[in-house]
Amino acid sequence: MKVSIQVRLKNGILDPQGKTVNNALHHLGFKNIQNVRVGKLIEFNIQETDKKKASAIIEDACKKLLSNPVIEDFAYELGED
Amino acid sequence: MRFGVVVFPGSNCDHDMYHALKTFAGNEVQFIWHQDTFLDGFDGVVLPGGFSYGDYLRAGAIARFSPILQEVLKFAKKGKIVLGICNGFQVLTESGLLPGALMRNQNLRFICKHVYIRTENNQTVFTKGLDKGQILRIPIAHGEGKYYIDDQNLKNLEEHNQIVFRYCSPDGQLKDEYNPNGSKSFIAGVINKEGNVLGMMPHPERAIELLLGSEDGRYLLESMIG
Repeated sequence: MKVSIQVRLKNGILDPQGKTVNNALHHLGFKNIQNVRVGKLIEFNIQETDKKKASAIIEDACKKLLSNPVIEDFAYELGED
Repeated sequence: MRFGVVVFPGSNCDHDMYHALKTFAGNEVQFIWHQDTFLDGFDGVVLPGGFSYGDYLRAGAIARFSPILQEVLKFAKKGKIVLGICNGFQVLTESGLLPGALMRNQNLRFICKHVYIRTENNQTVFTKGLDKGQILRIPIAHGEGKYYIDDQNLKNLEEHNQIVFRYCSPDGQLKDEYNPNGSKSFIAGVINKEGNVLGMMPHPERAIELLLGSEDGRYLLESMIG
C-alpha cells in the first residue's frame, strides 16, 4: 500500500516559516492568502495488505520517529500501490 | 572523573569538548562512537554539538535511535551524569530525557554569536560551583534552538526548579532583545527532575580560553567536574 503522511505543527504553535512565506506571498500580490503554515509530507510504501494492520504500524512509526508529539500532529492516507 | 564524548556522524563539537574536559587536570576523556553499546566505567557522558545525521527529519530525531543512545538512556536511569550541548540538547529532548522541544529560531536564521545567560539554579551537580544569578558570556551557534514547552509543563519546570539557564542582558535582565532565538521564558538550559541530565544550547566548550573570547564556559565545566 502507498502511504502519505502529513506532519504539521500543532495548532497554537507559532510557525515563523509559515509567516515568512505568508509575507512573501503578500509581496507578490497574493493579498487574499492568509494563515500560511508549512508542514512536511512523507511518502512510502508499506508491505501490508490489511488496512488496520498498516494503520497500526504507521501510527507507531509516526509517534516514535516521524513526528515529535510535543510540537507536531500527523495525519495519513492509505492508497493502492 | 572519566568522561565519554559521543561521536555521531555529523558531530562537530566533539573535539572541542574533548579538549575542554581534558584541559582540566585529572580527567580521563574518551570518544564513544555512536554504534558502540558500552558505557561501563564512565562517570559522565557528553552529547556534543553538531548536526548528527545531517539534522534530517528533525534535529536530533535520528540520533535518538542510535545504538549508543539506548545505553545513554540506561546510563541516565542509573543516575549518572549526562550533558547535552546544542545538538546534544536536541537529542535529549527528542529522546524524552528532557521535556520540551527545540524548534527553528524565531527569525529563521542560523545564529552564531556570544550571548549572556543567567544561572537560575546552582543547586545541581553541573552548576554547584556557580553563584545563583551568575551571568556567563558563552557563544551559541544554532538554527534550531527556540525552546518550546506548553504552559502546563513550563509550570512544572518552574516548580521543580528545572530551568538552569536563561538568556539575559549583560546585566542579567530578561529582555526580549536578549532572547536570541525566541525561546519560551528565555530558557537556554534545563535539567531533568532527578538532576543528572542537563541540556543547554550555548557552548561552554567554546568558551574555555580568553584567546577565544571568553572563559566563562570553564566555570561551568569545572563546576561539573569538581
